[in-house]
Parts: sequence; C-alpha cells; structure tokens
Amino acid sequence: MSDQPLVKMRGVKLEGRSDEVWSPIINGVDLTLARGEVLGLIGESGAGKSTLGLAAMGYTRDGVRISEGTVEFDGIDLLKASAATKRELLGKRIAYVAQSAAASFNPAHKLMDQHVEGPVQHHVMSRAESEADGIELYRKLRLPNPEQIGFRYPHQVSGGQLQRCMTAMAMSCRPDLIIFDEPTTALDVTTQIEVLASIRDIVEQFNTAAIYITHDLAVVAQMADRIKVLLKGDEVETADTRTMLSAPTQEYTKSLWAVRSFERPKKPAVQTGAVPVVSVQSVDAAYGTVPVLHDVSFDMHEGRTVAVVGESGSGKSTTARCITGLLPPKAGQIMVDGQVMPADYRKRSKDQLRQVQMIYQMADTALNPRMSIGQIIARPVQFYLGLTGAAKRKKVDKLLEQIELEPTQYYNRLPSELSGGQKQRIGIARALAAEPKFIICDEVTSALDQLVAEGILRLLARLQDELALSYMFITHDLATVKAIADEVVVMKDGRVVEQGLKDEMFTPPHHPYTDLLLSSVPEMDPDWLNNLLAERGVDNIGDAAVNKM
Amino acid sequence: MGNVLTIILKRLALGLLTLLIVSVVIFVAVNLLPGDFAEAILGQGATPEAVASIRRDLGLDQPLVTRYFDWLGGALQGDLGSSFAQANFASFTGTTSGATTVAEQIAPRFGNTMFLAMVTAAIAVPFSIVLGILAALYRNTVFDRATNIFTLSSISSPEFFLAYILILFLAVLNPIFPSLSNIFDGMPFSERLEKSMLPALTLTLVVTAHMMRMTRAAIINLLASPYIEMARLKGLSPMRVIVRHALPNALAPIINVIALNLAYLITGVVVVEVVFVYPGIGQLFVDSVKIRDIPVVQACCLIFATAFILLNLTADIMSILSNPRLRHPK
Repeated sequence: MSDQPLVKMRGVKLEGRSDEVWSPIINGVDLTLARGEVLGLIGESGAGKSTLGLAAMGYTRDGVRISEGTVEFDGIDLLKASAATKRELLGKRIAYVAQSAAASFNPAHKLMDQHVEGPVQHHVMSRAESEADGIELYRKLRLPNPEQIGFRYPHQVSGGQLQRCMTAMAMSCRPDLIIFDEPTTALDVTTQIEVLASIRDIVEQFNTAAIYITHDLAVVAQMADRIKVLLKGDEVETADTRTMLSAPTQEYTKSLWAVRSFERPKKPAVQTGAVPVVSVQSVDAAYGTVPVLHDVSFDMHEGRTVAVVGESGSGKSTTARCITGLLPPKAGQIMVDGQVMPADYRKRSKDQLRQVQMIYQMADTALNPRMSIGQIIARPVQFYLGLTGAAKRKKVDKLLEQIELEPTQYYNRLPSELSGGQKQRIGIARALAAEPKFIICDEVTSALDQLVAEGILRLLARLQDELALSYMFITHDLATVKAIADEVVVMKDGRVVEQGLKDEMFTPPHHPYTDLLLSSVPEMDPDWLNNLLAERGVDNIGDAAVNKM
Repeated sequence: MGNVLTIILKRLALGLLTLLIVSVVIFVAVNLLPGDFAEAILGQGATPEAVASIRRDLGLDQPLVTRYFDWLGGALQGDLGSSFAQANFASFTGTTSGATTVAEQIAPRFGNTMFLAMVTAAIAVPFSIVLGILAALYRNTVFDRATNIFTLSSISSPEFFLAYILILFLAVLNPIFPSLSNIFDGMPFSERLEKSMLPALTLTLVVTAHMMRMTRAAIINLLASPYIEMARLKGLSPMRVIVRHALPNALAPIINVIALNLAYLITGVVVVEVVFVYPGIGQLFVDSVKIRDIPVVQACCLIFATAFILLNLTADIMSILSNPRLRHPK
C-alpha cells in the first residue's frame, strides 16, 4: 500500500454533444479519493454527477468526451491507457453499481452467470470458486435464500434484492473502487434501508473505496465520509460529512439543506355532514384475474388535500385509475358531489369527465412533443368549455398566468424547449383548463429536483386556496405529505391500513406499518442509520420488516 | 411453461384459420383468371361444343361454391385432385410422365425445392448472422460500410444477373461448379449438392442483405441499454459484449427476418430455377398457370401458403421462447 491516493482527477472537463455542438457538462473539477474512503457526490439532476463518476472509471457514454484534465487510478493515467489496459482494470479493480438494477442486469442470463463473468474473464477465480464466493457475498448482503437466488433470472427477483445482487457482482473481484450511481433512488423507503445498510457493511468489511452518487442528502449523510457538492458542472464545496451537515459554507449548499422547510398551515376541520367532492366506496379492482384493490374507501372534501401514501405496488395509482374510470372497479362505486359516477369513463358525460382531472408523474411523456404549449392547453379549453377563437386564447393566457409563466413567451414554444419544472406547470395548466373541482396528482414532484419540486408544491397550494380545489396527492415521499396534506391515507397491498388527519398520522401511536414507513425515511443526521439499526436490529429492516406486518 | 403452451396453441389455431381463408382467396383468384383449361388447351380453333364437353368432363361447369367445397373436402383428406393436363390430355400438352394425381406430380418437385432451400439456408443463415455481428462490432468502419455496400448491391441486382455472374466466374472462367442443375431422383447426395451449389449461392446473395442488416440493426439498437453499459464496465471484450450480452436479446427480430427469407426460398425462386434448369416447384407452378391447370396451381398455392404460415409460426414460437420472462415465469 502506498500513500498516493487511489483516484486523482485534476482539472477534469467533460463535454456533451447535442446537434453536432459540444457543450460543457463539467467545467474543471478536481477529485481525490484515498483507499477505503467513501466520497459522496451530490447535486441536482444535470449537475453532472453521473458523468463525473463514470469519468473516474475512465469511461464516457456515447456523445460525451473528456476534453481536458487527467484521471489517474492508482498511478495509472486512465486517459492515456489503451483500451485493453482499461478493460483489465474495469470490473477487476474498478466496479460500477448502476441506478436501476432491473435495467442493468442482462434479462437473458441468470444472476449467477452474470456474477461469475467478471472473475472468470479476468482470471481472478475459476467459475466454481466464484460461484461459492457469490453465495457467500449474497449471505453477507443478507439476501434471502443465498444458495438459490443466484440461479434465478433478473425478472424473478425484487428490486431491492436485485440492487444487492448488483453490489455483490461489483464485489466479485474484490475491487479497490466501486462507483455507486444512485443505487437506491428507484427503491421504496423501507427497501432502501436494507440496501443502504448492506452496501455500507460490505464496503467497510473489504475496505473498498467508493464514490457514492446521489441527489438525496439524507442518504449521502449515512454513507459518505466526505461530501462533494456539484452545481451545473462546477464544484460548490467539499468537506467531511459532519462538517458539511453542520456548517455548510456556501449559499447553494445551505439552500439544499433548507428545502424541506415548506409546510402549509393547518385547515379547519371538515363540517360534519358535508358532501365529499369525491368519495371512493368499498372499491375492489383487478388487472385481469389478479386482484389489486380490496375494499378501498375514503372521502375527499372541498379545498382539501388527501395524500395517498404507500410503496410501489400498494395500489395508489390503481385507485386513481378507478376514480378516473380508466379501470372500472369490480365492486364498489365512485361518487362525485354525491352522484354515482358510471364505472367506465366511456359512459361518463363530458361534464362528469370534466370534474376529475389528472396531473402525471412524467411531464415529459404526458405532453405531446409535437404540439405547442398553447395548443396543449387550448385543447381541453375547447373540448370542455366549448370556447373558440379569441375567447379560447384569452382563457389559455389566463391559465398560463395562473401557473406563473408569461403567456407571450411560452404560448408558441414546444415542450422540449421547457425545463422539467416548467413542463410540470404546463401539466397543471392543462388540468386546470377543464375547471375541475378535483385533481389527482400522481407523484407529480418525484421526478423533479427538490428546489423545483418545492416551487410546484407552493403553486398547487396557492391554486387550491384561490380555486377551492381538492387534491388527491399520490406519493411515496413522506416529506411531501408533511408539506401539503390535510388528510393521509396509508395503503399497503391494495388495502387502506390507516387514514386520518395529518397531525394524527404523524403523532404516535401509529399503525405499525405507518410507523415502519415513517421511521424508514432517512434523516439528515449521519448517525440516523446506526441508531435505527441498533434500535430495530439488522434482521428487522426492509422486506423482512414489511413481511412481518 | 403453461402460458407458453397456451400461446403456441392459440397461434396454431390462428394459423389454421389463416390457411382456410387463404384457400378461399386462392380458389377465387385462380378462377378469376381469364379463360380456363378448356380454352387454353383447344386454342383458337375451339368449337363451343368441344369446349363445353371438356368443361363437363372436368366439372368446370359446376358453380364456383360447389367446386370449392369439392376441392376443400378432397384437400382435407389429402387428395389434391388430378391434374387436368396429366389426367386426360397428356397428348395435348406433350408431357409424358406417368404421374396423374397432383400429389404425385408435385411431390418430387417440392422435394427438390426443399433441398435447394435447405442448402441455401445452411449457407446463408450462419453467413448473414456472423456478418451482421461483425458489422455491429466494427460499426461505422470501412469493414461495416463495405459489407453494407456488398450486400445491398447483391439484393438490388436482378436474380438472373447474379446467376449469370456466378456462372461466368465459377463455371466458365474457373470451372468449379456445373452451370446446369438438372438433378433427378436417385442421384447420390454429393453430386446433388454439387449441382445445387450455384443456385444456392445465387440465392444466398439474394437473402443475405436482409438478414445481415437486421442482425446488425437489432444488436446496435441494444448497445445503448444499461446492461450493455454494465457489461462494458465489467471490462469485457467488445466481442463478448455483443455475442453474449446483446445477441440473446436481439434474437426475436432476427428470427422473424430469417423466417421471412426462408419462406421466400420456398416460394419465390422461379427465376433462379429457370436459369439453372433446376426442376423445382416454381417452374411447375408457372407452367400450370400458363395452361390453367387449376388443381396443380391451387395445390402449389396451398403449399406456398402453408410454408409461409408454418415458418412464421415457428418464428413466433422461437421469439417467444427467446424471452426469458416467458420461459421462466415468476
């Protein structure tokens, strides 16, 4: 072991190509990583974290190039090294754990076949040795059934387990460095904990150095020794984790830390006997023969926000599909303003359709890329309100003003010319165009950065006050729930496990599942994960804890 | 495996239904041809009485629907009927073979066509796939462009032109293969193979471009996927990344294109058969259309349709089986 750092990047500039023009992604960043050290790389989307992480491996994606600077790994200049030399290092001494394990495992091969490929191809171990070692790693990562799980195909294993299998695969050659690229972003909070705990344990055990890329501050606080903050390709600051959390020096870092401060004032209780705007009554639903919802009932009142929380697969979005009539329920009914709605949206009148509008998670795919902003918003204006010509234009302009976008500037633009937050605003305007009483917001902020997401939440809150709208807010993010909900419905496996006012939900005693969800949300405290593990025990987190419910 | 079996059975039933519809289309279409066997055989000097007499003998005076169901009933029992020409009018058409039923007449020709198709497939399929993999591996290099230009020019040239070029180089200037492929029953396999070589090579040139380009495109299409990036980041060689990680996931479209080309080899090789005097089913088909020998035409069409449907069915089933999600349900 020498004293020189494992990774030394100096003045690295990266450029990306779009339409034959190279534009900068990273404008000269230095990065030093000692052996066995874990560096957290944080920033919002577009900050260049992943690109920089891959550059530390000497790798760039198609359409990206390193234009300046040096990248050294253990004294080897990766930018001057031949392709064969780099292949010798990759997988063997430098490994990568991707964001989506489901997409990054080859669907055509069993997990174990993919696990042993590195060691066998790099002549580190024989197939038999590597298989035995793989089973050992699966056990260390606390995967269920470690002897058998490797002989399944990726689609037969759950997301959290797959992410741990990928960590095991990265460990297969005992590398000196692992790049973790948002490894828990796609996971539910309860699953996230066990992956975080597993990754941290195994990295400590083998004294592996790691670069941990994430946009989640609370996560990075648990994982990293040191944190580097990036903003639009520039380094903002670097400091060790505790210093960074307690005393950030830069304004941008402070603003990141302060994001979760938004919270709506408490509203007066609903009057008894008030007719709910939307009432879901004993709804059962199924996809084909697979039952998804069981006896789901809850009410939503005028001017209030009901947050529906739960993990993926708990039936939140399916409930929304039943309310909109996209999926007719097998039993039960949907009432709007005290009137029973036809189960199938095709049987609903235009006015019934108008009352229930939706805003989607991915504004990118929910807006027609070939239509201008004006056309997108004008369509429901004409369809539901029957306005044409100047009246239509006037209404669209008014809607654009309501979502705080200047009409003359945005009317003729295409969705591709807008940022993620602006696109989501267009989605909101389109829903408002129908002049509904009730809007379903399906994970509307989960694809957005924190600062932008907060802007959207504030906008939705303002619109609610002005227009007395009711929201059904589907989310898995409890911070969002705290910020804007009046009432909370907790779902699990297609059932409502708990519902009530927000304050009641966030004060103990909770339903055990709500308790599990709440305690699984990472906190900014670097000791949070340790304390939680000490409190619950390693065998009582993640899937294991969920299954005990 | 249960759901795969259900899918296969459904496809099979659908295939049979398609075949039935095709048989109606064939029957109607063949009967829409101007003139009939009687007029074709008797020529310009035909008296109305003679024409009517032949029609009566062959049942051509019956209504279309009756004739269709007679024919369908026979076909279902494996009886494709008797050739008009061979049955009663051998002297008119100048043919002298002893075969009178359609089945007897078609069987040897069909065997020959299948033989040629198989020889071609044995050369063309591995050749195209390897070429496609190499083109994907060395994409945008001189090799890739040269391969594309070569295969595209060969698919763009008329078949007879390719055939004569091959004859010129491989039979005339360098006498390696015979230029005539007059194979017959009882010929030893090696000689049969040698005589079929030039038509097989011609057909290979015709079908390679399609399969090779699909292989290349299907692989390149996957190269941006996260699991390919993962394979690269594991330090695997480019060849291994493509063959082991991209190819298994690119199989479905490749299999479909192969099936389409194999079907072409069975149904569309008339020109090549004529050039090399190869006694395949294509020539028989064209001759029968000329003299309106309807039972033979119908039988040929039915065989072509069956080949198409069977090959596409096989391709569907293999595509399904190439998907691990269907092979290994949760």
